[in-house]
Amino acid sequence: MITEWPVGLTLIAGGLLACVTRGRLRDVVTLAAPLMTLAQLALLGHGDFAQIGVLGRTLVLMHVDRLSLLFGYAFAIAALLTAIYGLHVGDGVQRAAAPIYAGSALAAVFAGDLLTLFAFWELSAVASVLLIWARRSERSFGAGMRYLAVQLVSGLLLLAGALVYESGTGSLAFGYIGLAAPGGALILAAFGIKASFPLLHNWLQDAYPEATETGTVVLSAFTTKLGIYALARAYPGTELLVWVGATMTAFPIFYAVIENDLRRVLAYSMTNQLGFMVAGIGIGTDLALNGAVAHAFADILFKALLFMSMGAVLLRAGTVKGSELGGLYKSMPWTTGFCVVGAASISAFPLFSGFVTKSMIMAAAAGEGHWAVWLVLLFASAGVFHHAGIKIPYFAFFAHDAGIRCKEAPANMLAAMALAAALCIGIGVFPGALYALLPHAVDYVPYTASHVLSQLQLLVFSALAFSVLIRTGIYPPELRAVNLDSDWLYRRLGPMLLRGIGTLGRMASDAAAAAARIVTGRLGAAVLRHHHADGILARTWTTGGMALWVALLLAAYLVVYYV
Amino acid sequence: MATPGKVYWLDRSENVTKLYRGLWVIGVLLFALDLLVRRHEDFAWAGWLGFYAAYGFVACVALVLAAKELLRRAVKRPEDYYDH
Repeated sequence: MITEWPVGLTLIAGGLLACVTRGRLRDVVTLAAPLMTLAQLALLGHGDFAQIGVLGRTLVLMHVDRLSLLFGYAFAIAALLTAIYGLHVGDGVQRAAAPIYAGSALAAVFAGDLLTLFAFWELSAVASVLLIWARRSERSFGAGMRYLAVQLVSGLLLLAGALVYESGTGSLAFGYIGLAAPGGALILAAFGIKASFPLLHNWLQDAYPEATETGTVVLSAFTTKLGIYALARAYPGTELLVWVGATMTAFPIFYAVIENDLRRVLAYSMTNQLGFMVAGIGIGTDLALNGAVAHAFADILFKALLFMSMGAVLLRAGTVKGSELGGLYKSMPWTTGFCVVGAASISAFPLFSGFVTKSMIMAAAAGEGHWAVWLVLLFASAGVFHHAGIKIPYFAFFAHDAGIRCKEAPANMLAAMALAAALCIGIGVFPGALYALLPHAVDYVPYTASHVLSQLQLLVFSALAFSVLIRTGIYPPELRAVNLDSDWLYRRLGPMLLRGIGTLGRMASDAAAAAARIVTGRLGAAVLRHHHADGILARTWTTGGMALWVALLLAAYLVVYYV
Repeated sequence: MATPGKVYWLDRSENVTKLYRGLWVIGVLLFALDLLVRRHEDFAWAGWLGFYAAYGFVACVALVLAAKELLRRAVKRPEDYYDH
C-alpha cells in the first residue's frame, strides 16, 4: 500500500480536505498531511512503484532512489514548516493551494517518467499561482498572470521535449538526458525556466514578492528547487551549466544591493544561490553533485526562514520596503533573532548550514581547476553576505528607527521560524546527518582550520566593507523605485511592439480603405456620368438630332461608296 | 510590543561606534591568524597573506559602487513605472 500510494498525493488530498473543513479540524488536516508524508518517506525502499498504463505507455508514478528521497525529505519538511507558518491564515484559498502545490511538487520529484513529471509540473504551476492571486490586488493579479504564462511555457517546452525524446530514443524515462539527446535542448530550457537561468529568471523576482505573507514562503521552497532537482537528474556534468550557474550567482547581487522591497532582495538572492547549485551540477563530479543537492536542501530551509521573517514583518508592520523600515528589533526581537540565523546560514558562517553545503561546490570547482568560476563564486559568496546576510536584517530590524511599533509575530509563525532556525543550525553543527543522505559517498571535511579561517576572513571583511560604506554615507540609500530587469522585455517592449504592430496594421488598413474609397469613388463617378439621368447614355435625344445623325451616316456611306 | 520611550543600547551612537571598532579588531585578528595558520589551497595565489580578507573587502566595495553608480543609473524608474 505504502509503495503504491504516490508520495505527494497525501498533501494534495490534505489540500482538498482543507477546502471543506474549518477551524480546528482544518488545522489538524493541515499538519497531519505533511507529517504522514514524512512518515511514508521514512518507510520507502528504493525502486519503481505505482506503475500505471496510460495511452499504451507505462507511467512510473514513483521512482525512489537517493536523489529523489533527499528532495522528498526537503519538500516534506518545507511543507510542514509552511503549514505551521500559515496556521493563522483564515483564507481558504491559501489553506488549500499551499498543500496542493507542495504535494504536486513532491509528486514531480518522484516522477519516474517525463509525462508524469509534466503532469505534476503543470499542476504545481496552477496551484502555486493561487498563492499570488490570494493577495487580491491588481498588482498581484498581473504578476500572477505573467508568472502563470511563464510556468505554462516551461511545461509546454517539457512536453514537446519529452515527445521528441520519446520518438528519438523510444523511452520516456526521467533519468540522465543530456544536451545531445533528441529534445534535450527543449527539456533543458523547460528546467532552466524553473531554475531561473539568466534572462529566464525574472518571473521569480516579478511574482514572488507580490504573493501573500505566507504564499511567498511556500513559493520559495518548491518551484525553483524542482528545477534544480530535474537538472541534477537529467543534466549532471553539462559543461554549459558551469558558466550559466556562475552568471546566476553574480548578476543578481547587483540588483539586490539597489532593490528596496526586501522580499524582492531575497528573490534576487534566490537566483544567486540557485547559481551555486547549477554550477555544481555543471561540474558534475560526485563532490560537486553532492554539494549542489546538499545546498538545495539547506537553501530550502534558510530561504524559507528568511522569507518567513520578512512575511512576519509584512504582516505586522504592513510593509517590507527598506525605505520605510528600521528599528523593528525593538518590537519583534524573536523574529529578528530568527532572521539573523537565516542570514548567517545563507552567508555560510561556520556552524550554520550554508557553510557545510556551499563549500562542497567551491571545493569541487577548485579541484577541477575552474579558477575563473571559483573567483566568481567567491565574489558571489561575499556578495550574498553583503545583500542577504547584512542588508536584510540591517534595514528591516536595525538601521535608523523608523518609529514603527507593532506586535511580535503570531505564535505559529514564531514556531515555524524556530523549527527552521533549529534545522539550519543543526545541519551546520552536525553535517554528517545530511551528508549521510546525499546521492554519493561523502569524502569531504568542512571543518578544517584552513576553511573556517578563510571563510571568516571573507565574511568579516565583507562586513567591514559594508560598515565603512554606511558610515561614510557612500552606501546607496534605499529608494522607492522600480528597477528594470528582463521582465521589461515582456512588460514594456513586448506590448510596445504589439502596439506598434497594431498601429502599423491600422495605418495599413486605413490606407487600403482610402485607396478603395478613391477607386470605387472614381468608378462610381464614371458610371454616374454616363448612366445618370443626365448622363450621355441615359439622355433622351431629340428626333431632329437623330434625323441629323442618320443623314450624316448616309452621306458618309455615299462618300465611301463612290470613292 | 516595544516599550515607547525606552532608550535601547543600540540607540546610543557611541555604542554603535564600539561595535564598529570591535569589528575592526576582529578583522585585524583574523588577518593576523594568516601568519599562524597554514591554509591549504588548490590555487597557490589563494594562499597569499590576507587573500580572503582583501578579496572580501574589495569585492563588496566594488559591488556596491557598481550597483550604485552604474546599474541604478541605468535601470531605476519611478515606483509606478509599470502601473499605467
